[in-house]
Amino acid sequence: MSQLNLHLKVWRQNAGQPGHFQDIEAPDIPDHASFLEMMDIVNERLISKGQEPVAFDHDCREGICGMCSMQINGVPHGPEKATTTCQLHMRKFRTGDTIWIEPFRAKAFPVVKDLVVDRYAFDRIQQAGGFVTVRTGAPQDANALPIGKEVADAAMDAAACIGCGACVAACKNASAMLFVSAKAGQLNLLPQGKPEKDRRTLGMVRQMDKEGFGNCTNQYECEAACPKEISVRWITKLNRDYAMAALREGTGNTRKEAGGGD
Amino acid sequence: MPLDSHIPSGPMAMKWSKHKQDSKLINPKNKRKYTVLVVGSGLAGASAAATLSELGYKVKCFCFQDSARRAHSIAAQGGINAAKNYQNDGDSVHRLFYDTVKGGDFRAREANVHRLAEVSVNIIDQCVAQGVPFAREYGGMLANRSFGGAQVSRTFYARGQTGQQLLLGAYSALNKEIAAGGVQMYPRTEMLDIVTVDGHAKGIITRNLVTGKIEAHAGDAVLLCTGGYGNVFYLSTNAMGCNVTATWRAHKKGAFFANPCYTQIHPTCIPVSGDYQSKLTLMSESLRNDGRVWVPKKKEDCGKAPSQIPEADRDYYLERKYPSFGNLAPRDISSRAAKEACDDGRGVGPGGRGVYLDFAEAIGQFSQKTIAERYGNLFDMYERITGESAYKQPMRIYPAVHYTMGGLWVDYNLMSNLPGLHVLGEANFSDHGANRLGASALMQGLADGYFVIPTTIAPYLVTQKPGSITTEHPEFKKALEDCTAQTKHFLNNKGKRSVDSFHRELGLLVWDKCGMARDHAGLSEALKRIPELREEFKQNVFVPGSGDACNPELEKAGRVADFMEFAELLCLDARHREESCGGHFRSEHQYPDGEAKRDDENFCYAAAWEYTGDFSKPTLNKEPLTFEEVHLAVRSYK
Ligand SMILES: Cc1cc2nc3c(=O)[nH]c(=O)nc-3n(C[C@H](O)[C@H](O)[C@H](O)COP(=O)(O)OP(=O)(O)OC[C@H]3O[C@@H](n4cnc5c(N)ncnc54)[C@H](O)[C@@H]3O)c2cc1C
Ligand code: SF4
Ligand code: FES
Repeated sequence: MSQLNLHLKVWRQNAGQPGHFQDIEAPDIPDHASFLEMMDIVNERLISKGQEPVAFDHDCREGICGMCSMQINGVPHGPEKATTTCQLHMRKFRTGDTIWIEPFRAKAFPVVKDLVVDRYAFDRIQQAGGFVTVRTGAPQDANALPIGKEVADAAMDAAACIGCGACVAACKNASAMLFVSAKAGQLNLLPQGKPEKDRRTLGMVRQMDKEGFGNCTNQYECEAACPKEISVRWITKLNRDYAMAALREGTGNTRKEAGGGD
Repeated sequence: MPLDSHIPSGPMAMKWSKHKQDSKLINPKNKRKYTVLVVGSGLAGASAAATLSELGYKVKCFCFQDSARRAHSIAAQGGINAAKNYQNDGDSVHRLFYDTVKGGDFRAREANVHRLAEVSVNIIDQCVAQGVPFAREYGGMLANRSFGGAQVSRTFYARGQTGQQLLLGAYSALNKEIAAGGVQMYPRTEMLDIVTVDGHAKGIITRNLVTGKIEAHAGDAVLLCTGGYGNVFYLSTNAMGCNVTATWRAHKKGAFFANPCYTQIHPTCIPVSGDYQSKLTLMSESLRNDGRVWVPKKKEDCGKAPSQIPEADRDYYLERKYPSFGNLAPRDISSRAAKEACDDGRGVGPGGRGVYLDFAEAIGQFSQKTIAERYGNLFDMYERITGESAYKQPMRIYPAVHYTMGGLWVDYNLMSNLPGLHVLGEANFSDHGANRLGASALMQGLADGYFVIPTTIAPYLVTQKPGSITTEHPEFKKALEDCTAQTKHFLNNKGKRSVDSFHRELGLLVWDKCGMARDHAGLSEALKRIPELREEFKQNVFVPGSGDACNPELEKAGRVADFMEFAELLCLDARHREESCGGHFRSEHQYPDGEAKRDDENFCYAAAWEYTGDFSKPTLNKEPLTFEEVHLAVRSYK
């Protein structure tokens, strides 16, 4: 195990006030530590000097809860492919590196403090249709309706989204299409989700627009930044589902701006 | 105080259906008048909140994460049990019931376990209907895998992300009810205290983690679904925010805390690598389906690369000691066996605290592709953390704190001894006895929330006039003042040490004296040290920042303050229980071959501790355990 000496440039901000980058020296960081453990060490040192530590979101530290965020050197969740910030380890950095650490930036994700942002917009999008209307206690036997392995696997691919918001932070338009398409896509694909498909699609997409997320212009930075490798094919599917739903709704609104090339 | 568990009469297999028939109903018009406060949005909380709202109750649901979907249940990997017998391998409700009672080392309440086994089948139906993408076979039917402590294949799974998928299912049900207006959701809101009025739980005090505002909420009943207390050990597989605050505060208001010493150490976790470490990562038990556990036979071989150690010089100690369960021996047994091997000087990796989990044979038998399909995400996670590939060399694993069987005492209706206070999921003590079998926590959380509480809350509520207590009541005012005072104390304290440094110290102490093996002398030492450390914490903790904004240090300070008090009860319970059972292993009580020695004559009871105002002198209440269906026997997996 070796030790790294790092120069950090960390975003500091209180809600509703302007923020700034603070220079923090971080010597003697063990390369086995995770990125968040590096932040713990830095915070411990700030506290011992009587200063306020850097606030950041985290919980599981296993790459599954989607709570950790952080833009690291301009990339959401940092440089390693398919890896959340909490699973990123310091062995991916070199001694002497300067690391820029910022919050996920998007109009729909206001800063709460330092690196902590408010992502409740994602919850509201799911409340607008991201479910199957089924009461507890009513269903038939689970094996009464066979679902092909391929379909189940594809649904699981979409369901792997951890709702972290990296796709939004990576997008220059701050579009939430990758997230929304994964969420809607899982249920739209499964037989259980079919009856409400149109309602769900229209509801979620419209809520997304209301929240102030930008338009998707098919640049696909989202896919590159996604720690769960959610494919942009889901965006294509959502655009198709949306167009069909809007048509059926009779509005004639095919909502070109939702994703362009279908 | 005599404890009445309110177990329905009649034959075991009929109790639950009879109880459902006998339970009072509340008519739909009246349901709307009742407010239920649900603290927690994990499997237990989200499923309860959604279902109660469907039934017509007004629900307020709280969690400390920024979204209900991030509750710690999200991290469960391996699977969920259900007695579906889809594999036609002889499974049944009775067998699941039997396995769970035996797996719990005969320290669980039979009637609760039987109910759990009964509703397990409904859970799978429910989740599939919500769109949970469980693994399937090519024919379109649901797939199963095996877990420890069972000889049938009854575990349903969604890759290595079962908890995530089940929670997202419950979360979607919750969203449906939020959209319908039945549930009001309070994310980033931490419960600091419970409010009791004339001995009944009638509300909670919360802190808004964004604005810092401390607020009161009144309800006709309170449900604590706040998870386990594994983080008292500091290092555990639990998420960083997991805490004992909600249940501990309830305990200090009169709720009995049962069997805190039943803690589960999971055998397959990534070993500790340094003192900066913030948490330990689980490698799912499902890996033991295909992985073989071994250490070198000879101490001299420990430093060698595993590939340099020939087959004949490897000790597959689980297969050797427990031929009929082999690598799938229950968790407590597997963990202790790993500790023994390392204590014997045959551990591998840094500090000699590790054993191998080897997939070479399975890769040879099925191909790397098949193994990647089954466990790919776990292998990736292992590589990210350790920098090593488990396709090329065996994983190194070591036991770590994982789950807590103890919790607030509840009766058959999941109500604590405080009327109105119900406790669900990992937060209660109910179904797993002294050791939980793999894939049964998810089952219990969802059983409690979807199927049990919707029936069992009514008998309490019908006795209450809805909305009779409001936050104007003086008890609310007092509780608000207490919470505000604690916050002020932390922020004004002129201490020198960080919250984490205290938490680490407490955790190391508890792990050392009350971890995988415990004895009277060690526990006594811990019991002497904990109050000192608690006092030091009070005097010398430094909490920067302000109270009226987002302040993670302040949040941690409150949680650690409660762990400091709780740790004493944990060790007291462990010292009082002069036997070994399940996750509680007392070195003084073992058979010559090292197996745990239970004492059914003196300790066949649940220990429900009552707060007296003096942490060192709680009162012990006993709920005797009787076994009608599964006969008390020495647990053997040989
Ligand atoms: C890594 C890991 C893997 C696991 N794998 C499996 C598995 O494969 N199969 C299995 O059966 N079990 C597994 N378990 C166990 C299982 O996941 C948990 O026991 C179960 O999910 C607990 O659910 P819960 O609803 O009781 O609590 P949790 O999911 O922990 O939820 C607690 C909720 O309470 C809230 N809360 C807590 N304190 C407060 C407070 N003071 N104020 C406000 N809100 C609060 C939290 O915000 C959260 O919403 C695993 C556990 C871990 C750690
Ligand atoms: S799609 Fe990927 S990046 Fe976007 S929220 Fe889901 S997991 Fe995060
Ligand atoms: S902390 Fe949970 S995903 Fe990173």
